[in-house]
Amino acid sequence: MPFALETAPNPEQLKRVVIEPVSRVEGHGKVTILLDDDNKVQQVRLHIVEFRGFEQFIEGRPYWEVPVMVQRLCGICPVSHHLAAAKALDMMLGVTITPTAEKVRRLMHYGQMLQSHALHFFHLSSPDLLFGFGSDVAKRNIVGVIAAEPAIAKKGVFLRKYGQEVIRMTAGKRVHGTGAIPGGVNKSLSAEDRASLLKDAYQMIAWSRDAVHLIKGLFEQNLEHYNAFGRFAAHNMGLIRADGAMDLYHGGLRARRADGSTLFDHLDYSQYMDVVVEDVKSWSYMKFPFFRSMGNSDEGWYRVGPLTRVTQCDFISTPLADKERKDFMAFDNGSATGATLGYHWARMIEMLHAAEAIKDLLHDDDISGSELMATGQRQERGVGVIEAPRGTLIHDYSVDENDQVTHANLIVSTTHNNQAMNESIRVVAKQYLDGKELTEGLLNHIEVAIRCFDPCLSCATHALGQMPLEVTLVGADGTALDRMTRNMHGVCDRPDQD
Amino acid sequence: MTAPILIFGWGNPSRGDDALGPLFVERIEAMNLSDVECLTDFQLQVEHALDLENRERILFIDASFTAAAPFSVSRLAPARDATFSTHAITPQSVMQVFVDLHDEDPPPCDQLAIRGERFELGEGLSAAAANHLEAALRWAEAWLAHKQAT
Repeated sequence: MPFALETAPNPEQLKRVVIEPVSRVEGHGKVTILLDDDNKVQQVRLHIVEFRGFEQFIEGRPYWEVPVMVQRLCGICPVSHHLAAAKALDMMLGVTITPTAEKVRRLMHYGQMLQSHALHFFHLSSPDLLFGFGSDVAKRNIVGVIAAEPAIAKKGVFLRKYGQEVIRMTAGKRVHGTGAIPGGVNKSLSAEDRASLLKDAYQMIAWSRDAVHLIKGLFEQNLEHYNAFGRFAAHNMGLIRADGAMDLYHGGLRARRADGSTLFDHLDYSQYMDVVVEDVKSWSYMKFPFFRSMGNSDEGWYRVGPLTRVTQCDFISTPLADKERKDFMAFDNGSATGATLGYHWARMIEMLHAAEAIKDLLHDDDISGSELMATGQRQERGVGVIEAPRGTLIHDYSVDENDQVTHANLIVSTTHNNQAMNESIRVVAKQYLDGKELTEGLLNHIEVAIRCFDPCLSCATHALGQMPLEVTLVGADGTALDRMTRNMHGVCDRPDQD
Repeated sequence: MTAPILIFGWGNPSRGDDALGPLFVERIEAMNLSDVECLTDFQLQVEHALDLENRERILFIDASFTAAAPFSVSRLAPARDATFSTHAITPQSVMQVFVDLHDEDPPPCDQLAIRGERFELGEGLSAAAANHLEAALRWAEAWLAHKQAT
């Protein structure tokens, strides 16, 4: 599936539009769009500054520091990095962790999934979905949602708070928790904390189901638009449980081609390098992974994340989420399963699954057990793979005889989705921008497509006074024809026309 | 029992001077003050509005590229400031979320913006930022004693 619009034949003769930074995503992203004299789209690229040297930051450190250290990759999904690192170091220690350790970690992970999906849907994407992709930018944000749709917004606030509480009680702290350690966990859940979380668990399930129905309703109301927006075909990859159930914490790798046929299934994830290769392109800092057997990134790119997980699994182990999965798969003869906006629907099904799984774990006495650690036969290398909120997350470490990390390789969800995000914005640019005079609302369509993937670009520096957005339209001769800015308070301006 | 004073700092401790907020909170926490709760996070989010409940006073602390050295202090008001940038929102937006959730004014909130210079991954605190932190802590002693006007 080679790309149209990745590289224009005559870029130096085209007008350039830059969206930088892409808003309501984590970290810094930039989109460049090249237009010809008739404003026809000729080239579209999403550029991302990835984790800058974090692997080198880890190398040389003692392995037991790693599960805590890697949380500083990101302010949004630190628990995912924490658990992926702990799983990799379990393997390095040759350990099969105890039932209590696995259930405490799973509880932490489902808490992370709940809060992250709530953040993404209610806080970052609902402004676009509820108000319209081209609506007033001053209202198109979470504060605007709270003002206009307080009942919906409050559910988002309390769902996220609940997920954070699950994390605090299992990891020990709100941030920089230390709950998972190589070989197990350092605490189980106290009776008091179990009771406290159980008190609200059923409410969280009910609100999560409401959220599934909310996005389903939006699909029903805007069927043609939602199905067509940024739609493209893709191969898929994710973890799957041995019996085919969705499993966000552990499993083998399943990959299916765009036509639904199986490429590999239940593959031991420590062999990921046998099936996945990372390509590089001169115009992006982020790599482009592809399936090795397909030969190159043009043919072998794939997507990961909620849409993949919900459509690739044979079933979901919790009943309410499985019912919603079946409804999603059957909706309009399955059309939503290939829609880019279907990511939101799948994400809410996963949030419901997480809420149900939290409730089930809180009723399981193993969650308060005393067998926290296991021992095993030490290895030189360990690989940990987890399904993070945004998709498959791979941590791979080698450790020497002095317990120091000698090599680290991380492939994060957003990297897996790099090519898929590029494809989605090319489709959207063709659908909505071609031949039009650009406006902030039209450019937001590009950002809406990117947000479907909830990319975590992870640049957690956020000191006061940063994060402007500037869009510049440059003529074929290099002259700036138009410039639009948006400050950190969301105010748009054309400074050159003042 | 909720402590009447909340000290809330944010930032990434692994990114140079972005650690100023968490480091400030760490130093205050070490004082073991009975009427003060200390919290940190990577960035502010809407659920932090729930941390403002039942407080008498709140101090938000962050590193700043733009504040005058060594630090600046301002009294905050709730605002629908349409923060758009990333997953993070401003303290004013957090206060506005409190208003929207509770239909009442939040407790008095001050912001302490400590001047930072370098924010690269893996860097330690710069010498200038370390000096700014000490100055901010001296100012905070008076704020905690409720003697410092803002």
